[in-house]
Amino acid sequence: MTDTVNGPERAVRKSQFHLVTTRLRRKKPVLVCGTLLIIAIICALVPGMFAPHDPYEQSLLLRLKPPSFMDGGREGYFLGTDHLGRDTLSRIIYGARITLLVSLLAVAVSTIAGIAAGVAAGFYGGRIDSVILRLIDMQLAFPVILLVIAVVAVVGPSLTNLIIIMGLSGWPRMARIVRGAVLSVRGLEYVDAARAIGAGSWRIMAYHIMPNILSAIIVYASFELARMILLEATLSFLGLGVQPPTPTWGGMISDGRNYISLAWWVAFFPGLAIGIIILTFNILGDELRDALDPQLNHE
Amino acid sequence: MPSIPSSDAGPALMEVRGLRRHFSVDGGWFGQNPRALKAVDGVDFSIIKGESLGLVGESGCGKSTLGRNVVRLDTPTEGALLFEGTDIATLSASELRRFRREIQIIFQNPMSSLNPRMTVGNMLIEPLRLHSYGDRASCQRRVHELLELVGLKSEHYNRYPHEFSGGQRQRIGIARALALNPKLIVCDEPVSALDVSIQSQIINLLMDLQDELGLSYLFISHDLSVVEHMCDRVAVMYLGRIVEIAPTHELYSRRLHPYTRALLSAVLVPDPAVQADEIILEGGVPSPIDPPKGCHFSTRCPFAKDDCSASTPELVEQHPGHWVRCMRIDEIT
Repeated sequence: MTDTVNGPERAVRKSQFHLVTTRLRRKKPVLVCGTLLIIAIICALVPGMFAPHDPYEQSLLLRLKPPSFMDGGREGYFLGTDHLGRDTLSRIIYGARITLLVSLLAVAVSTIAGIAAGVAAGFYGGRIDSVILRLIDMQLAFPVILLVIAVVAVVGPSLTNLIIIMGLSGWPRMARIVRGAVLSVRGLEYVDAARAIGAGSWRIMAYHIMPNILSAIIVYASFELARMILLEATLSFLGLGVQPPTPTWGGMISDGRNYISLAWWVAFFPGLAIGIIILTFNILGDELRDALDPQLNHE
Repeated sequence: MPSIPSSDAGPALMEVRGLRRHFSVDGGWFGQNPRALKAVDGVDFSIIKGESLGLVGESGCGKSTLGRNVVRLDTPTEGALLFEGTDIATLSASELRRFRREIQIIFQNPMSSLNPRMTVGNMLIEPLRLHSYGDRASCQRRVHELLELVGLKSEHYNRYPHEFSGGQRQRIGIARALALNPKLIVCDEPVSALDVSIQSQIINLLMDLQDELGLSYLFISHDLSVVEHMCDRVAVMYLGRIVEIAPTHELYSRRLHPYTRALLSAVLVPDPAVQADEIILEGGVPSPIDPPKGCHFSTRCPFAKDDCSASTPELVEQHPGHWVRCMRIDEIT
């Protein structure tokens, strides 16, 4: 028998969790994005520590002032002010809380619902599959915005309702992706082998199917996060999302839209914050997927 | 005369009686005329303890489906699978799970038969855990024992499947099948995806294990020389039915059924003096959805007459232990 395996021998291999975190820590993009994410999370938790001004304090004298590094900028208003004279930087810092909370929880709802439906459809097949597929088609045929407007009109625009509705708006796509991935794995021989040694359906799904479709889920969930932030912005714009004056990044963009030719910074900086956070999640998702894959050479 | 083709060397470990597996195929737009794909269409045989029964036939003749039914990865449409007297075709889900330890399977493709996200150790511990083999330490001891048994090293315990070559992976698959001390192992073309040089290593490993552990094999293959080397008896399958079954040396020296003759004449003999006097078949295998009436082989058989498609021939014992399914057997031999 030829020995095709090279590399150092380890009598005891460290735990899976430890292995993954070690791999992640070795990558530069992970360090950069991780730092950004931690900053965003701290801002969301304790915005008062960083914000230079009260995000709700209005001042007609200070309306639409440019950032302090530009001509005409006011000392202390680093990213300028909006049409009501509120400090943009402070509002971005305070807005992180609602924006991250809503989008992360909405992604969690849509991912959990999507995985449950997708695995059930792909694994059991037959009638369950047909029913779930029809439900997916039904919801996809309906415009998301219209659906959310209808539901919000009935149950009212509270934060909890918003999260649940946004989450449920995303499950069909996730379910489709999960179902496809399950179908491609379910027919492989190692699933049959697991059944032959007496593993039950739950065990097969948890240990033999889920780990092998996880990469598709992680990648799609990080895209979904971007979509949720934009959906929240859209809903705020339509007056169905988080109600003013509570700052959210999406809401700030829609406020600034009217003044885009006069004062571009009002819409630009919250947009930049959204862009950075989405990029952060996408890169982290990508790196996490790679770190979880034993087939990539991590040595 | 026993009603089921069997070896007379002992009591049957596994007895397959009248096994059928039909798949329904959609007919028409709304499935008004569902049709049956008869993958396995009435198969009887038995395997005694310590025996290897070879199962040969063309692609699509139903041999893999038969193997999957024997390990109960699939449920037969009809028929009985008697394992030491218990009919495993009718076990409930929980009874079946307990029963799994008795019959295991080795798959054809070593690339897809191992979970890429599981270490070899976890893969081999899983069956032990599922059948409450013992505490963690004794499970680990058993895994190291298994690795050694199939010719791998203890240090392979923490490796992932992609770190192994094809032959090594197949050894892992064999170790997994052996973990629960099964009595019968279905080998579904275990060497056809491997290099020729590796094939013989795996075949020898399987034969050594059989001597050591007293295993019985149902050895599915389309490689006739491997089957000749490995098996005590051979069954030849054509379109879902066994057409001939006999001890290996008997079958290879005195082939009776026209299909077996055609199949064996396709094996190249490295001797230029040997004259090819055998049957060369024409055309392809008919669809198992609408198999030919009567004898399934009648459409391609050079000896076929009108009677052949009128009624279905039965398996008949022509010589001791040598069964043939052909109604014109006396005229053509």
